[in-house]
Amino acid sequence: MSRQPYVRPVSKTTWYMRNGRYRKYMLREVTCLLVGVYCFLTIWVLATLASGSPESWNALLASQQTPVMIGFHAIALIYFLIYQSFDWFKLAPKAMPVQLGEHKLPDRYIIIAHYVAWAVVSLFVFWLAGVI
Amino acid sequence: MSMRQMELEVLRYDPEQDEEPRFQNYSVPCVDDWAILDALNYVKENIDTTLAYRWSCHMMVCGSCGMMVNGEPSLTCKTFIRDLPDHVRIEPLENFPIERDLVVVLDDVMEKLRMAKPFIIRKDPPPEDQEFTQSRAALYKFKQYTMCINCMCCYAACPQYALDSSFIGPAVLALAHRYNIDSRDQGKAERLNLLADHDGVWECSFVGACSEVCPKSVDPAAAVQQMKIDGAKEWWKQKLGGGKS
Amino acid sequence: MEKITADVVIVGAGGAGLRAAIAIAESDPQLDVALISKVYPMRSHTCAAEGGAAGVKGADDSLENHFNDTVSGGDWLCDQEVVEYFVNQAPRELVQLEHWGCPWSREDDGSVAVRPFGGMKKKRTWYAADKSGFHILHTLFQTSLQFPTIKRFDEYFALELLHKNGKCRGVVAMEMRSGRFFSFQAPVVIMATGGGGQSFPFTTNGAIKTGDGMAMAYRAGVPLKDMEFVQYHPTGLPGTGILLTEGCRGEGGILVNKDGRRYLQDYGMGPETPIGEPVLKTMELGPRDRLSQAFWHEQKKGNTVETPWGDCVLLDMRHLGEKKINERLPLVRELASSYVGHDPVTDLVPVRPVIHFMMGGIDSNINGETPMPGLYAIGETACSGLHGANRLGSNSLTDLLVSGKRSADRAAAYAKEAGKVVDDPVIDAQAEGVVTWVRELLQQQGGDESIARIRREMKSALEDGAGIYRDEEGTLKACLQIAELRERYGKIEVHDKSNVFNTDLQQALELRNLLDVAETVAEASLQRRESRGAHQRLDYTERDDENYLKHSLAFRQPDGRPRIDWLDVTITRSQPGVRDYSGGKSE
Repeated sequence: MSRQPYVRPVSKTTWYMRNGRYRKYMLREVTCLLVGVYCFLTIWVLATLASGSPESWNALLASQQTPVMIGFHAIALIYFLIYQSFDWFKLAPKAMPVQLGEHKLPDRYIIIAHYVAWAVVSLFVFWLAGVI
Repeated sequence: MSMRQMELEVLRYDPEQDEEPRFQNYSVPCVDDWAILDALNYVKENIDTTLAYRWSCHMMVCGSCGMMVNGEPSLTCKTFIRDLPDHVRIEPLENFPIERDLVVVLDDVMEKLRMAKPFIIRKDPPPEDQEFTQSRAALYKFKQYTMCINCMCCYAACPQYALDSSFIGPAVLALAHRYNIDSRDQGKAERLNLLADHDGVWECSFVGACSEVCPKSVDPAAAVQQMKIDGAKEWWKQKLGGGKS
Repeated sequence: MEKITADVVIVGAGGAGLRAAIAIAESDPQLDVALISKVYPMRSHTCAAEGGAAGVKGADDSLENHFNDTVSGGDWLCDQEVVEYFVNQAPRELVQLEHWGCPWSREDDGSVAVRPFGGMKKKRTWYAADKSGFHILHTLFQTSLQFPTIKRFDEYFALELLHKNGKCRGVVAMEMRSGRFFSFQAPVVIMATGGGGQSFPFTTNGAIKTGDGMAMAYRAGVPLKDMEFVQYHPTGLPGTGILLTEGCRGEGGILVNKDGRRYLQDYGMGPETPIGEPVLKTMELGPRDRLSQAFWHEQKKGNTVETPWGDCVLLDMRHLGEKKINERLPLVRELASSYVGHDPVTDLVPVRPVIHFMMGGIDSNINGETPMPGLYAIGETACSGLHGANRLGSNSLTDLLVSGKRSADRAAAYAKEAGKVVDDPVIDAQAEGVVTWVRELLQQQGGDESIARIRREMKSALEDGAGIYRDEEGTLKACLQIAELRERYGKIEVHDKSNVFNTDLQQALELRNLLDVAETVAEASLQRRESRGAHQRLDYTERDDENYLKHSLAFRQPDGRPRIDWLDVTITRSQPGVRDYSGGKSE
């Protein structure tokens, strides 16, 4: 047959380098690695607590207080803030549109509501932790 | 109105002559209020009649003329040269096989359209001899999702579709959502059973590129996320209610 | 060549073709329907229609009103039994479309809304914002997807009708993607390929409106009726010809000349109505032929505005306000802003009459039947006598539905009676002949004519000779020019020799169809020596019911210009009267 549709190859490993939109998306998605790290950390903390051993607990604390780890936590927190949270909050109105008559509630109200909820929850956690 | 010389770099592919696609350059004298489609028409009429591409309405409503313009999925009748640099690269829509020059094979998406069951599904008969009553608010709810012109720019932008063409994709899912939230429809469960599935909404990782390139502001990304929520709700309803509806 | 047998072949998958396909699939699911279209159905030009579809709705309206508006709008060239049936069925079809999901705009109480439209005494135009045609097309296309008996052949270019002993036997088509030819054999072919507005230079019509079905029927010996009646839509964007719906004026938009004067009052459509409060059937809501003719006069007087795209008048919608424009005319706003750089919310928008619709077409009756048994025609392709000499806006979209349904019912009955086409070497040979012709066209070398140039000259010939106003000398010149262009067509070369999606060949074939259409437009314009509706002669300025209350029929001649014959118009209730669009009268 004279037809021969040509399929342009797509690289499974470098597709996201094609344009700025995709690169930004991957920066957001890469936060999943940090989420993984913090999951592991949480399990480690729980296991240490459950073991009931004050030496293990102090060792854990000490390991997280080295300059390198403090630096890591600082960067991870900021990265989370900027990419994970800001980005996801910006997208939240798409998943939960609020219709009022023949208009949609402007996105900014939904986004602000998310920040408010985040602040409230954070304050509660800090209170639980005895930080405030 | 003044003239402007544009340099077009256009992808060509004739399977009867070419092993693989190649680029061909055209220098086009354009009028400054032209759309890039007008430049292509100039090429076809005056320089090279063998150039193949789809177009028809030239008013952003038929969806024929979607192509990659400088790497961006665009409706070429709506992409004006006043917004473009002098050098423009024109390629067929990404993520579709190339049939010939700027014409892509759309069979996959055309087939998938059926999966959205894009028609009013009723369990009860409609009102006799008169229209359904539908408030303006109810119309507003699904209106934006009716605007899709099937230009397929969203599929060209979607990396999930690029990596795995079994993904049902933005336009088809948005169309299903359009019917799901139309107050006259009673087929939501039927559609969700089919589409709230691996190759359906759950293949979407909310890149959002589809909504960014959509020339009609349909916002298919929003439709898909809303369908994820609807899908989850429906799943629980069926689990707790016992059996499929 | 592959042979495909079906019970019904439908050529064209726009509003009419889809409606017909659905009608057959619903009522006769045992019939095989082959739906052939040279583009994917959602690209059909139905999508570009904006304003709406007319059907009696309000308690203060009546079928009688719709009937009278249509017949007088058509300058009494309408076949009245067709109009009666049409107005009767219109509301039912529009409700059916609503049941199928069409997103009609709504009143506050949730019922379907109607808007005022040109030439209509009452508001009866159902609309979906300003994308009515788009929504109608998509509703029909999506609804059609649930019927497995509709087999679609997308991007198949229909080339010629197959017929034997004067009876229809199918069509030959070329699959665009492969260049392969297919012989679709069926006792019934329904032509739904739209009009041929691309034969003119300034048109709202998309690239695909090349009169393919009209030309195929014409070449098969079926006459084209009333071809001289081509409609100029008064408000197209200059340059591109993009349509700005009549709905702009229905919502209250006004037309002014370079002095800011609402000039329509000088042409029998006054007195001036208050701005923003249009009165039905007068001033800006007069019929399209009168409005376009007024432009022509204003241009002669030097009252039009000079723009980079030529002479225009100005459409003023500023008084509608941003809210109303965004709600009812959002596409219009986007089009005017993008293509001519004027936002109707704040600016005046330059507009001019552009070719929009062909009232003429394949000679058909109330059932869509043509003189060839088995061949039906619906939608813009057909001339059923509904629109007469001038179509009222919003009657056409409804006609897609009414004619689509009615013809489908008749066609299905005929197909069941006739049975599938059995193997016939005569028909096979006919099909082979078509293929040979196309192959020869493709292979012919050394031609010095360009498709684009012949097309341009044809368009100029028609615009000059068969435009808004015509005369003997001008129309004759157009006839001769087109005859010459047909000769020169023989010397074109199709440079693209590929079998795969050959758009060069497609344009050559479409040009042949356009030339067929163009020669009938020119000839009929020459031979109708009166003025009626959209056909206005400078040398015969009055309507002549005694000699011309007839339809023109253009028959193809093997060598030379078409032969024109005449057919009486069917008058049932409404005797020819005066078309009065001045305010303060009763009709």
